[in-house]
Amino acid sequence: MEPILQIKHLTHTYGIGTPFQRSAVEDMSFDVQQGEFLGIIGHTGSGKSTLIQHLNGLLKPTEGQILLGGRDIWADPKKIRDVRFRVGLVFQYPEYQLFEETVYKDIAFGPSNQGKTGEALDRCVRESARLVGIRDDQLEKSPFELSGGQKRRVALAGVMAMEPDVLILDEPTAGLDPAGRENLMANIQEYHRNHQKTIILVSHSMDEIARNVDRILVLKGAHILMSGTPAEVFARGEELLEAGLDVPQVTRVAMALKARGLEIDPAVYTVEALERELLALRKGGAAC
Amino acid sequence: MLKDITLGQYFPGNTVAHKLDPRTKILLVVLYIVALFTAKSLLTYGIMALCLAVCVRISRVGIRQLVRGLKPVLFIIIFTGVLNLLFTPGETELFSWGFLHVTGEGLRNAVFMVLRIMLLIMGTFLMTYTTSPISLTDGLERLLNGLKRFHVPVHELAMMMSIALRFIPTLIEETDKIMSAQKARGADFESGNLIQKAKALIPILVPLFISAFRRADELATAMECRCYHGGEGRTKLHVLRYESRDYVALTIGVLVVAAVAVLRRLGL
Repeated sequence: MEPILQIKHLTHTYGIGTPFQRSAVEDMSFDVQQGEFLGIIGHTGSGKSTLIQHLNGLLKPTEGQILLGGRDIWADPKKIRDVRFRVGLVFQYPEYQLFEETVYKDIAFGPSNQGKTGEALDRCVRESARLVGIRDDQLEKSPFELSGGQKRRVALAGVMAMEPDVLILDEPTAGLDPAGRENLMANIQEYHRNHQKTIILVSHSMDEIARNVDRILVLKGAHILMSGTPAEVFARGEELLEAGLDVPQVTRVAMALKARGLEIDPAVYTVEALERELLALRKGGAAC
Repeated sequence: MLKDITLGQYFPGNTVAHKLDPRTKILLVVLYIVALFTAKSLLTYGIMALCLAVCVRISRVGIRQLVRGLKPVLFIIIFTGVLNLLFTPGETELFSWGFLHVTGEGLRNAVFMVLRIMLLIMGTFLMTYTTSPISLTDGLERLLNGLKRFHVPVHELAMMMSIALRFIPTLIEETDKIMSAQKARGADFESGNLIQKAKALIPILVPLFISAFRRADELATAMECRCYHGGEGRTKLHVLRYESRDYVALTIGVLVVAAVAVLRRLGL
């Protein structure tokens, strides 16, 4: 099957012709498969935000192409809005974009821009509110009365309500408490399972990425450093650490154990996998 | 994009133009403006343009940035030009069309007015390009210090100005972010009539105002936590001192004004 998004030799340079000229993304190429849950990690300044803003046409590539469903998204610049409906982007701290009088109206902003009205609109709004755990009685409240975490959910629902084929989330859990993080990620996982939609998750937290995604893209200095399944990427844990990036806590433990001479696979990244490894080791160890 | 707005933007550098005392630069700009409004002929305008060109060369600010600064006032420039061109009474009529008359005087006026506005803006922009907002307000505060005797809250005004200048880039960035976020939700700022366009701004303005108030609140708290209590008895980390280059620059400035004034007297 054809990948839903193809990024081909994407380069983006800011401030051309000023003293501040620099490339935030340089010659990046990768594909995103239909229904995939892709994680993107990298330091501040590694080009994550610039990259994702290209995927829905907010930024125009200096060089290279973005293909959505096989078509160049800039083939017809007048239709770029349609691309934005198909590729939903939730920015970092999206709660600062809320503006309507009620939560309901705010969530409805995106879908009504799409031209949805009446029952179709109502259905999208309620469904996406339910998905992120906003209760019906909260829909008529002012979004500014809600707590920070709830505002974030409303903002998320505002993009989900457009029912995009690809949903991009930029640090959706930044600044939330641990329970809030877990909760929100569970909602996102549920959305992914139920709708079979493609999700791209940008995060700083290796643990969050490791637990949720099918494939990881590691960015460093405007380039792609690694790409692969979590197991493949964390098998190169040393390299990640050298690049100044983190590895999941469990991987860190496994790496430390391996360094102390235990025969263990350092690429494990869930508690369960580590437990299996350790149990297997104990059995093997009992034999000698 | 909004990021291209260069108002009050500072390009760091290490040239003489950057190192001059901010007070000198403010005074020079004042002198420059006086000279610009004294200028009346091609020769004197030429001198002013030359002065600006020399300053630009010294400061190593790209000419492209300087020209880009003109973009926001392009409308005013064109408007002034057209108005002067069409409605200046005079003897030498070049051509007329209905009630519109283009006269030689009109053409001359239009060219000079446009030139004057452009030089004015580029000159002041050169100052903000080479002076950080902080030192600019510092210089202004020192220059206006004498007014304290007349109970003008000079320090407070300077503080307000530096806070305002400090937050311009932050708010521009914020606006950019909010615009992108709303565009991602399909907001359309380009099409539609005037009313639709004004309405399309609501999704930007509401979050922007809320965040501006939030920032103001946080800043006030932070200042209070550090015991800020106004200008009384406050000392400076960087005390401004005139150097010899400042005297040289000011002397040149005064000489240019004098030269332009003399040339005007001579009718040149």
